[in-house]
Amino acid sequence: MSALLQLKNVDVLFGRVQALAQVSLRIAPGERVALIGANGSGKSTLLRVLHGLVRPATGSLLRDPATRQAMVFQRPFMLATSAQNNVALALWLRGLRWGEARMQALPALARVGLLEMAQRNARALSGGQQQRLALARAWGLSPAMLLLDEPTSSLDPHAKRDVEALMGEFAGTGMTLVFASHNLGQVKRLATRVVYLQQGRVLADLPVRDFFEGPLGATSREAELFVKGEMG
Amino acid sequence: MSTFPESVVTALGLIGGADPVLWSIVARSLMVSAMATAIACALGTLLGAWLGVAQFRGRGPALTFLNTFLALPSVVVGLIVYLLLSRSGPLGFLGWLFSFKAMVLAQAVLVLPVCTALTRQVVEDVERAHGEQLQSLGAGPWLRSGILAFDQRFALLTVLIACFGRAVSEVGAVMVVGGNIDGFTRVMTTAIALETSKGDLALALALGIVLLGVVLLLNAAIAALARWRGVVGDRPIALEGAPA
Repeated sequence: MSALLQLKNVDVLFGRVQALAQVSLRIAPGERVALIGANGSGKSTLLRVLHGLVRPATGSLLRDPATRQAMVFQRPFMLATSAQNNVALALWLRGLRWGEARMQALPALARVGLLEMAQRNARALSGGQQQRLALARAWGLSPAMLLLDEPTSSLDPHAKRDVEALMGEFAGTGMTLVFASHNLGQVKRLATRVVYLQQGRVLADLPVRDFFEGPLGATSREAELFVKGEMG
Repeated sequence: MSTFPESVVTALGLIGGADPVLWSIVARSLMVSAMATAIACALGTLLGAWLGVAQFRGRGPALTFLNTFLALPSVVVGLIVYLLLSRSGPLGFLGWLFSFKAMVLAQAVLVLPVCTALTRQVVEDVERAHGEQLQSLGAGPWLRSGILAFDQRFALLTVLIACFGRAVSEVGAVMVVGGNIDGFTRVMTTAIALETSKGDLALALALGIVLLGVVLLLNAAIAALARWRGVVGDRPIALEGAPA
């Protein structure tokens, strides 16, 4: 299967800190890849590299320029204007006329169940609603690949379930998902593949079942401890 | 010379009795400062928003230079604008010296660094926190500066009010370039200085009271704006019945 995106031996440096070291990754269409690891392991940096927000110091990022992708952050930033305008802004930035962008924002809001909130100030929405709005903003762009940086980590259980359900529905349409998460239950439910990072290095890259059920081997000893620690 | 209580009573009489000289000075003063603020804030918001987002070589020294202008004495601004507008100066052909336009220009020059520096700070703070998300949507530096300035429009309104306050209360620049000509370039601050030196404390006091009133209104407006931002911006849930 052809890759949507491919990283080869990527290093990322922030000053003297090595955020990613020799990371190679190939993401195929329709995959649901979970990035896991402790805080500071490089998950967010890897997502930023995949979205072109951080440039690798060395190595290469191969991507079909025609591939549309969008990114959702842990704490979404919404402008102090209506929910509809927030979604429309993303579409306008992709080249649509403002009026057309506002029209196209409505189906995206409906997709995440926020149509009734279209005229509400986005900052007035709850955390869960804002994250759903961020998903609507991403969905409106019709991305082939959606990157999510711990999208449910700051939400209450109810909102977490709503957002996770939407992620599952998006994946069901064939959209490729790459998401960082500390929630191993969520990883099991949503991912088809797990990439375990530690200190900027990929220590394991396995199908989800193999990661959680199979012996991870000597090189993935740290990953095994991480999973046991999280689950214990 | 009148006693202080007599001066206060006369001053209040001038204000209450709609004294035409007093109110023409007040109107001119507000007009000069409003026009200067509008010009300075139109330019300063654009420049400040861009500086808040743009990364370029020499940015640090440029910001230090800009911040230095925050403390620029108004008489120095007056002197610079005077030299520019004087007959032998580069802008002498305009014939603006000792005119309303010269005062507007001087106050605009005075206020421009204030608006630029404050806007830069407001936009830079939000760019640091959230600029990456706009970047992820495809917004380059120019678009980000515009979008973030729009997002921070309530904070920038406060900047605008602060700039007007700075303009309306300065005396040095308008004195130097306006000349304090009666019925022509006399504004509140220059009139207070003149009337005090002449010993006409009633008119000076009346103007002082009006000026204090204007500054008080501006501060009240800033406070009201801050409260309103709290309601419509960050904490609208309880008041608007939005879901928690």
